[in-house]
Amino acid sequence: MAEYFDMGKYAFFVWGSYGMVAVCLLVEVLMLRRRRRTILHQLSRMIRIKERESA
Amino acid sequence: MSINWFKYSSPASFYPLAGSMIPWFTAAAVLFGLVGLYVSFFVAPLADWQQGQSYKIMFIHVPAAWMSMFIYVVMAFWAIVGMIFKTRLSFMMGSALAPTGAIFAFLGLWTGALWGKPTWGTYWVWDARLTSQLILFFLYIGYIALASAIEDPRRADRATGLLAIVGVVNVPIIYFSVKWWSTLHQGSSINFNPAGADQRALSMTDSMFVAMLLMTFCFWCYTIAVALYRVRCEMVEREKNNDWVQDLVKSGDA
Repeated sequence: MAEYFDMGKYAFFVWGSYGMVAVCLLVEVLMLRRRRRTILHQLSRMIRIKERESA
Repeated sequence: MSINWFKYSSPASFYPLAGSMIPWFTAAAVLFGLVGLYVSFFVAPLADWQQGQSYKIMFIHVPAAWMSMFIYVVMAFWAIVGMIFKTRLSFMMGSALAPTGAIFAFLGLWTGALWGKPTWGTYWVWDARLTSQLILFFLYIGYIALASAIEDPRRADRATGLLAIVGVVNVPIIYFSVKWWSTLHQGSSINFNPAGADQRALSMTDSMFVAMLLMTFCFWCYTIAVALYRVRCEMVEREKNNDWVQDLVKSGDA
């Protein structure tokens, strides 16, 4: 198994490629989730304030 | 059966539709990805006779590069639709795709560099394929920078839309660069038009082709899921003062 992960001395290149793909896609998803949470949080606060003012 | 497509060009009715599609495309991306990785590493040949195990990079390099080109074409398509029909959702679709396109363009370059080093002896050369792909990456960055630099969304849409339409000429240049110029980059991995009858249509074995196809489907579904997710963010951000957004937030359905 260890030999397999060694990729016949190409380990750095192969795992460097797959690793970067994994990191990029993961970071994109996490950043998107944060963007969504932030905007919805801001909006619901905005709406609450508006309702309180009109009440 | 007739579907009123224009109904879905309004953000208010597209928002829930997009939301209901995201889980399906996410599931498909995970499934294709898992099977694709399995075939890439355990079914496809252990090593290429010329390139050794470094050839495993192909299974993500080629799909990532394809996606980066394809996404730009789709962005140009939405820009044209937006310019003709003046639908604001079309421009939102374009800007929702740009960051993902930039990521795939970067990944194409990154995995290419890591594949180039062991096979060509260098991470980078200024040949036609690599240079035009780098330009594609810069076009994405330019698009994103332009979108965030212009305050008024309608003016931003026009500017980024124009960049998408003009920049799309670069895509065929990338695609045909390996034919038009003598490049260090190898020719297409898939050749549907073999020169001789005795020549195999594919320059690789079937299992390699299947692995590459599965990873391509994975990236496709991933892109659709992420773009739908981002376009929903975009809609809420842009239309936060509209009733439909406020009603959604109030009812907790956003």
